[in-house]
Amino acid sequence: MRLNLTVNGRAMTADDVWEGESLLYVLRERLGLPGSKNACEQGECGSCTVYLDRVPVCACLVAAGQAQDREVGTVEGLADGEELSTVQRAFIDEGAVQCGFCTPGLLVAADDLIERVPEPSDAEIREALAGNLCRCTGYEKIMAAVRTAAERSGGTSGSGSSAGGDRT
Amino acid sequence: MSDTHAPAHRPQDLDDAIAGGVGESPLRPDGTLKVRGDFAYSSDLWAENMLWGATLRSPHPSARIRSVDIGPALRSPGVHAVLTAEDVPGRNLYGLKDIDQPVLAEDVVRYRGEAVALVAADHPETARRALDLIEVDYEVLEPVVDAELAAHDDSLPKVHPGGNTVRYQPIVKGDPEVTADVVVSGTYTVGMQDQAFLGPESGLAIPAEDGGVDLYLATQDLHTDRKQTAAALDLDPELVRMTMSGVGGAFGGREDLSMQVHVCMLALRTGRPVKIVYDREESFFGHVHRHPAKMYYEHGATRDGDLVFVRAQLYFDGGAYASKTPVVVGNGTTLGVGPYDVANVSIQGWGMYTNNPPCGAMRGLGAVQPAFAYESQMDRLAEALDMDPVELRIRNAISRGDTTPTGQVLDYPAPVAELLRRVRELPLPEAPAAGAEPDIRDLPGGASNTTHGEGVVRGVGYGVCIKNICYAEGADDFSTARVRLQNVAGEPLAMVHTAAAEVGQGLVTVQQQIARSELEVERVNIHPNDTSVGPAGSSSASRQTYVTGGAVQAACRAVRERLLAITAERFGEPAAELSLSGGKIVSRESGVLADIAEVLGSEAIEETREYHHRETFPLDERGRSERAQVQHAFSAHRAVVDVDTELGLIKVVQLDCSQDVGKAVNPESVVGQIQGGSAQGLGLAVMEEIQVGEGKIRNPSFTDYLIPTILDMPPMNVDVIERGDPNAPYGVRGVGEPPTISSTPAIVAAIRAATGRDLTHVPVGPEHIIG
Repeated sequence: MRLNLTVNGRAMTADDVWEGESLLYVLRERLGLPGSKNACEQGECGSCTVYLDRVPVCACLVAAGQAQDREVGTVEGLADGEELSTVQRAFIDEGAVQCGFCTPGLLVAADDLIERVPEPSDAEIREALAGNLCRCTGYEKIMAAVRTAAERSGGTSGSGSSAGGDRT
Repeated sequence: MSDTHAPAHRPQDLDDAIAGGVGESPLRPDGTLKVRGDFAYSSDLWAENMLWGATLRSPHPSARIRSVDIGPALRSPGVHAVLTAEDVPGRNLYGLKDIDQPVLAEDVVRYRGEAVALVAADHPETARRALDLIEVDYEVLEPVVDAELAAHDDSLPKVHPGGNTVRYQPIVKGDPEVTADVVVSGTYTVGMQDQAFLGPESGLAIPAEDGGVDLYLATQDLHTDRKQTAAALDLDPELVRMTMSGVGGAFGGREDLSMQVHVCMLALRTGRPVKIVYDREESFFGHVHRHPAKMYYEHGATRDGDLVFVRAQLYFDGGAYASKTPVVVGNGTTLGVGPYDVANVSIQGWGMYTNNPPCGAMRGLGAVQPAFAYESQMDRLAEALDMDPVELRIRNAISRGDTTPTGQVLDYPAPVAELLRRVRELPLPEAPAAGAEPDIRDLPGGASNTTHGEGVVRGVGYGVCIKNICYAEGADDFSTARVRLQNVAGEPLAMVHTAAAEVGQGLVTVQQQIARSELEVERVNIHPNDTSVGPAGSSSASRQTYVTGGAVQAACRAVRERLLAITAERFGEPAAELSLSGGKIVSRESGVLADIAEVLGSEAIEETREYHHRETFPLDERGRSERAQVQHAFSAHRAVVDVDTELGLIKVVQLDCSQDVGKAVNPESVVGQIQGGSAQGLGLAVMEEIQVGEGKIRNPSFTDYLIPTILDMPPMNVDVIERGDPNAPYGVRGVGEPPTISSTPAIVAAIRAATGRDLTHVPVGPEHIIG
């Protein structure tokens, strides 16, 4: 089948998509966007978290066809060109990245959290990120990164990214 | 560039030191790529005309293969190759220590998940479906599933022709028959843990025109992979070129081969690039796990609390192939009494073949299992003596100058007692305010709303451990570094090239820091890891900062020596009077002579050095050795847990650690290692176990194999001390493994304190608390 969708603000088309493919597979293998990760492919680890019409989802659990004519935002769309988003910058600064395989999904989940809850409590951060597994960090520096990102965003409108949104 | 021999006589500014050197915490150089989603992990790779590989695995833990029919699979549209054992070009065996594992099974399969056949197809689903068309006729056999039985019952089937024992090692010190005032004994078991790295096993093989193959992959050790792969492919190792791609975690699980030979075979057969990426279920079958263990312990002490003897029998289930089992037995037995000074020791360790999943390296290998047992024993002994468990540990703590059970004198700091005192002093969490309604998210069961505080009891427990660092028992342990210093656009640039795997731990940052400190240049690039430079050994045994750090230091110093010699000649000053500072060459007499870049001009200085640590020696038949291990590391944990004693649910409230790291090359990364290692120890304590029944893994998914989430991992106080090892570069001591080891017994001790239960198995589940 042919799949038309918008990814990070750009209209994209994938041809010869097999109906059983996931959105994750299409992003990674057909659209040249391997940033979203394939750690479990069963919706348990969150490493493939992307925005689908601004709602975070596990791309591995979305059938490719479900993304037809919809807006997808991936980790590749978080930065504004060369400029990293607040959440991205905070993950680097706080040492929240080790192997980095969980990072793309965590960034999208954290970006969404700060958008919805500009000043999250620790309990809210933990709840929001409970679906994202990390095996390297023990999460302490991820907590620090999200706190820092929220602080730097000044409790205003999210982390300054427009991933999956209305960027044209 | 100046060709004058006269000193430049610019003011010498010694404050102009280079930032980001050893002891600071510069940010990792790959961080930006990783947060942008642009860092190329091995599973992200793609090549024009690429095929997908898939692996057929045995459904039986023990069976004879009567026949394999690949015809229907081969005729399936989109399939380009189907390969079996007959197609392995070279040696159909590999292994890290014992070369005992077939690349593809020939006449027998020895575990459920063993690779039997391969497919290459134009779509991953086509490849998977073709696997179903391969017809294998198995004669199913009774599996050997009990390691302890396998050690003593000769009537069991032999998993390998040579018998079921991979390694037996006794350790005897003093009088093993001595008696004591107070004796406690116990039997402890540790479940099979999985590394659960997030990046799946994956590689992209591209056939080359010279008959060789280029493999881009995620691994812990490029050269050991290449050696085994070249033998299986029957190729000159020079024709098997391996390049490291992004590694999504390792933790020991990437020491053994997984897809390496398979993907190269498919690429060489089809003449096209082939990529293999395991999914999570296949990953559980496709790599080794932590050895499950059964351990019998007896501790004897005086009434005052001085340890008199430790006697133990340790059984490690190695599964179907040896992998790192010999090392696990070596570590388990030599470290089996823990970080304590014990005069009389008798430990026997068995590493066994069974038809269970193969077990090998995982963070803390061989030291994790006995630590749970000996620390449980120390708590039991404290109770029998009516002593404080921390005081009992401090009283018996090993220290510098003491002799280990193998007869090795610790000739470096061993601040075990200090770590215990320090971790005890770290702040405790505030007790919940009396009468206040607690936030259920902080309680066992969390948002499941299973308690509002009723039935919840708090407990505190301690654990301390010892781990050997680097390879041991006579292995020639070394790493290689090539350092090139050149002038790029008027600035000096150092390029560091090693084969040492960056698996997330931050080795790339550490290498940059060392080069900055040694060469006093700001810009340091890390060349991609590949096999065009000498071996680095594995990113395991907490060894890379030690050995690769040592190699980078040595190569930088060789470069510096040449640079100073050139400068000395040019400026007519003795080289011994020259030093580097802030990108400049400085004379003690005349001040700044020149910029490094200026002296380099268009010349590059390149030096390659190996670093070998002090020699180690094998154990004899009584487990004696002058130096079995080159270094030991220590950490102590304190855990605070809340237990819902009615439902058996556990919430770790706080987990604190004191650790000696010798020298913190990158203090923030050290803390990150301690936090991450502690989380894996927490996983083993309360949730992580591969369930194996009749040789089969029952929970090969993240739905059923649980690892800690951000809700499970509590806040930590981390206390790092630096008691340098005079034998190691910069005094470093391995960091990565100890926190994985001492966290588990501390958490279980805290659960015991809350519940009064014995708790002799990890992970602890509700059934152990309620049953």
